[in-house]
Amino acid sequence: MLTISNLSASYSGIQALRGVSLDVAQGEMVALIGPNGAGKSTLLNCVSGIVAPKAGSIRLESRDITGQKPWLVSRSGLLQVPEGRQVLPEMTVLENLRLGLTALGTRPATYPLARVHELFPVLAARSAQLAGSLSGGEQQMLAIGRALMGAPRLLLLDEPSLGLAPVLVQQVFAALQRLNRDGMTILLVEQNARQALEVTSRAYVLEQGQVMFGGRSADLAQDPNVIALYLGQEQKRETFGAKPVNGEP
Amino acid sequence: MWEAFDVGLPDQAAGRAMIAQQLLNGLVSGGVYALFALGFTLVFGLHGILNLAHGGVLMAGAFIAYYTVQAGLPLALGLVLAIIGGGLLSVLLEFTAFRRLRRSGEVEFGAIISSIGANLVLVTIAQRISHTQVMRFPFGTFPIVIYQFLGVRVSALQLFMAACSLVLVVILTFCLYRTGAGRQIRAVASNERAAVLVGTNPNAVYFQTFFLSGALAGAAGVLVGLAFNSIHFMMGEPYLLRGFVVIILGGLGSVPGAMLGSLLFGMIQTLTIAYLPSGLTDAIIYSILFLILLVRPNGLLGKPAAGVMRGRR
Repeated sequence: MLTISNLSASYSGIQALRGVSLDVAQGEMVALIGPNGAGKSTLLNCVSGIVAPKAGSIRLESRDITGQKPWLVSRSGLLQVPEGRQVLPEMTVLENLRLGLTALGTRPATYPLARVHELFPVLAARSAQLAGSLSGGEQQMLAIGRALMGAPRLLLLDEPSLGLAPVLVQQVFAALQRLNRDGMTILLVEQNARQALEVTSRAYVLEQGQVMFGGRSADLAQDPNVIALYLGQEQKRETFGAKPVNGEP
Repeated sequence: MWEAFDVGLPDQAAGRAMIAQQLLNGLVSGGVYALFALGFTLVFGLHGILNLAHGGVLMAGAFIAYYTVQAGLPLALGLVLAIIGGGLLSVLLEFTAFRRLRRSGEVEFGAIISSIGANLVLVTIAQRISHTQVMRFPFGTFPIVIYQFLGVRVSALQLFMAACSLVLVVILTFCLYRTGAGRQIRAVASNERAAVLVGTNPNAVYFQTFFLSGALAGAAGVLVGLAFNSIHFMMGEPYLLRGFVVIILGGLGSVPGAMLGSLLFGMIQTLTIAYLPSGLTDAIIYSILFLILLVRPNGLLGKPAAGVMRGRR
């Protein structure tokens, strides 16, 4: 469904991606893990059209979307849930969700309000509340719900677990798994490598702008190199998120 | 708009009627300020752009209506053309004076300078067109009818002005808070990147806000031209200054604040003119502004650090 080949890009003058190739098939849930600064967010922003790539191509199904305007990318059904949630604090929960309808354009809705409310009942309960008054976990659910309102064909998530308490991370990931079971194609960018590998079927490891490993998530979770580099110290550092010291660029 | 009059009532009743009359006059002129100030505060609150050519748009609106009437066409058409023309002119300003600055990411200061320039261009063109003359609508453009009830006189023109202001403000509020387009406008104001990620075209949003803002200023220009029956190339300048006072009074970037500020401003202005030497008007208005800012540094309805709709990017 999404095919990225040989993508290179710079961000703030630093070469963030060096010839990255990866693909996500219809109905898959794929993780992209790697240390802080590996280029994960730059990759997503290239796909979303916010960062213009220097070389390489991005294809959504058979269409080349490299360098397309970000709102057109969103309207074609490739929807990003950005890092830090980015809900609009001074609008109500309902208004934030309705804003998600913008991405529909002329495509039919696949996740109307009722279905989003069913997935995240808390959004129904807090409908009239200002989004800024929600907790971090609720805001994350709102950000995902907002993207769903725009009928995503592929959902891109940038660090959905960032800053959330472990129990909320579980909840958010459970919701993503449920979406995936219902047929949603998902590309999940995470620093929280262990949990990302648990919920996805396939994964890529990005480091210093290059894909270091790629394969089935279960295999990667057992791979000695991956364990040493990305999973090894995680348990001790859990409260700070998965950020391996030797993985820093 | 103010005048001493004698309706033959006992002194006390006459005094009350006088106050009522001044308050009414103030409300009407406040409504016109509101049209102007709303567009001004909208562009500032949403995009952080202080559009100092906004007075030029008001003047252009009055010119459009004047020349439409001169051409023998009805005033209503002139008003509609002024609204559309003001909107398009404002969009043109966004294109020429602000769009490139916006990309540089330093829009606040740059926009002040470039809009001063744009205003000079508009004023100079108007000066050339009008040969530096003060122009007046032909006699009878707007029927002079005066209604009187409870000792208060209301002219048909005042009713028309109040109705126009009210309708346009309601339309603006409806567009901004009750439609999908308004939601997108507010989303871009609050967090452009998040708005783009849900499929909003920011350029379309800038087009809409500048159009709305200019359309309101165009309408205000026609009403001002009618009220004082005086149309000239500098007529936008005092409104720009008063527009500043109004939006600071109400709270920068706040739509309800601009409404409140305008009505207060209109009433304070007419009351001071009626009861005090008219030279004191500005001194009193700025003193009141000063006092209000002492108590509420963000204006009456402003929020700390940012406008009501303005988040940090």
